[in-house]
Amino acid sequence: MTTTMIPRRAKVRLPDWAVGYLFILPALVGFVLFYLVPTVRALEVSLTDWNLLRAPKFVALANYDKLLADPTFWNSMWLSLCYVAYNIPVQTALGLLLAVLSDRLARNVSIRALIIAPYLISNVVAALLWLLMLDPLLGLTNDWLQALGLSRHGFLSSPGEALISVAGISTWRHTGLTALLFYAGLQSIPRDLYEAARLEGCSEFSMFRHITFPLLRPVTTFVIVTSIIGSFQVFDVIAVGTHGGPAESTRVVLWYIYELAFKFNKMGYASAASMVLFTVLILVTLVQMRVLRADHSDLD
Amino acid sequence: MMPGNLKAGAILGYAVLALFIFVSLLPLWVALKTAISYPQDIFQSTTRLLPPRATLGNFQRAAGLTSDIVLTSVNASPINFVLALRNSLIYTSLVVTGQLFFSSMAAYAFARMRFPGKDFLFYAILASTMIPAIVLFIPNFILIKELGWLNTFQGMVAPSFFMTPFAVFFMRQFFISSPRELEEAARLEGCSPFQIFWKIALPLQRGPLATLAILLSINAWNEFFWPFLTGRDESVRVIAVALSDFLSQTGAGTPDWSGLMAAVIMSIIPIVIVLAVFGRQIVESLQTTGMK
Repeated sequence: MTTTMIPRRAKVRLPDWAVGYLFILPALVGFVLFYLVPTVRALEVSLTDWNLLRAPKFVALANYDKLLADPTFWNSMWLSLCYVAYNIPVQTALGLLLAVLSDRLARNVSIRALIIAPYLISNVVAALLWLLMLDPLLGLTNDWLQALGLSRHGFLSSPGEALISVAGISTWRHTGLTALLFYAGLQSIPRDLYEAARLEGCSEFSMFRHITFPLLRPVTTFVIVTSIIGSFQVFDVIAVGTHGGPAESTRVVLWYIYELAFKFNKMGYASAASMVLFTVLILVTLVQMRVLRADHSDLD
Repeated sequence: MMPGNLKAGAILGYAVLALFIFVSLLPLWVALKTAISYPQDIFQSTTRLLPPRATLGNFQRAAGLTSDIVLTSVNASPINFVLALRNSLIYTSLVVTGQLFFSSMAAYAFARMRFPGKDFLFYAILASTMIPAIVLFIPNFILIKELGWLNTFQGMVAPSFFMTPFAVFFMRQFFISSPRELEEAARLEGCSPFQIFWKIALPLQRGPLATLAILLSINAWNEFFWPFLTGRDESVRVIAVALSDFLSQTGAGTPDWSGLMAAVIMSIIPIVIVLAVFGRQIVESLQTTGMK
């Protein structure tokens, strides 16, 4: 069928607004069925006691009361916070360093393609690769540590080191993306600012401090806000690498909620925990937007 | 003339870049090395970057074929990773086809058409990216279970099939900045809105669509949490979940590393190919996602 044949056919013309709705209809169905309704339903389920076998029993705010007094829940929130603290500063600083270096020294796109490679690999594979790399018996890392005269470590199998190791795996996977986002931000800084600064005799470091860093603020905010939200929800690497262990040392909030819902079938309690997490993430985001002044770029 | 300290700084800079790329790629090299090693060799050759002798036997094992490798360990549970790769291919194709088609339709309407509540709906869709996945997964899991769709492709695909906020946002930007003239002309010719979309507006965005398809495919291929909840049966289990299950079956013992790494390599080959061919598009599109 060619386009020129079609107009000959007489057709009922729908009003413009109806055509618009028809176009967004499938997406809207997806949005309503799998985003909007579940959010409301999660809130509803969080007010019940429900193990999926018997009918849900309405318990009002009992789950929330219990949650506020649940040391395991708060411990899991604390572990998530520690995880964010291990993960984000290193990842952001390394990403920024890499972005500046590749902007100055290696603007070739294949360098960036190599830098981004770990991010294109799944969390599951990243976890498996590092389980092997960090294995106490046959991991390369321990052999190299020993060769350098340092002691061998248990890493993921040691309660004191597991959480920081998981954070390291995430850092390995995400630093490239962070670097790429900073790199894009650097491209929007006018080059003549650097020329002028160089004529003034500014050092590389003072140019970074007085030009690059302030002008990157919007990108920095975006990177930090999105990576903290993501980091708070770490799951895959834990599910593959540690199962919340050893000795519950990596039972972060998402793993705890997962266990409540899908191991112990406490749908109501798990939903309440997920709503608390949702609220915390919104608050964290609002505070960060405030502190980092997201909309302000200093370039004016 | 470069001052001496700047030159030294540049050399240091190159060294840091090189070290970073080395650390990025080293685990992949170790995985490949392990995958082509005989299982009995991997304990003796941990620090060597090449195996003492190479074999493709692990790949044959991971594909469910017979090989010359004899495993003495009790932890060698066979898994057919070819079936898992097939399932990943089905899952990825379904998710990406649905997302591409329906998200671009919606994006086109949001960019070009007028209807009440347009801006509100668009921002509502964007805002939904703020909802943590776990909040949605619990009720979505209950829904899929009630429908009897656990361990079916429709259950695994349904929640992400109709749209993903990222794709709607991504395509809308391109439709907004593309010229309207051709579409106006076609409308005067009497083409229906869907024909204008399908035959004129969409083909003009071939480039962005291809880029989006690549990004969505990588995402779908790597997806773990939702398929892990809803698709554990071998007949639908995707590669990420199969890898995780294979490791779990090991229990406390030493895993069958060479078999596992052969499967890992098989699972990332498609990504390596895509990165080698479309590296530039991937890098450039990921760069713009942070920019708004």
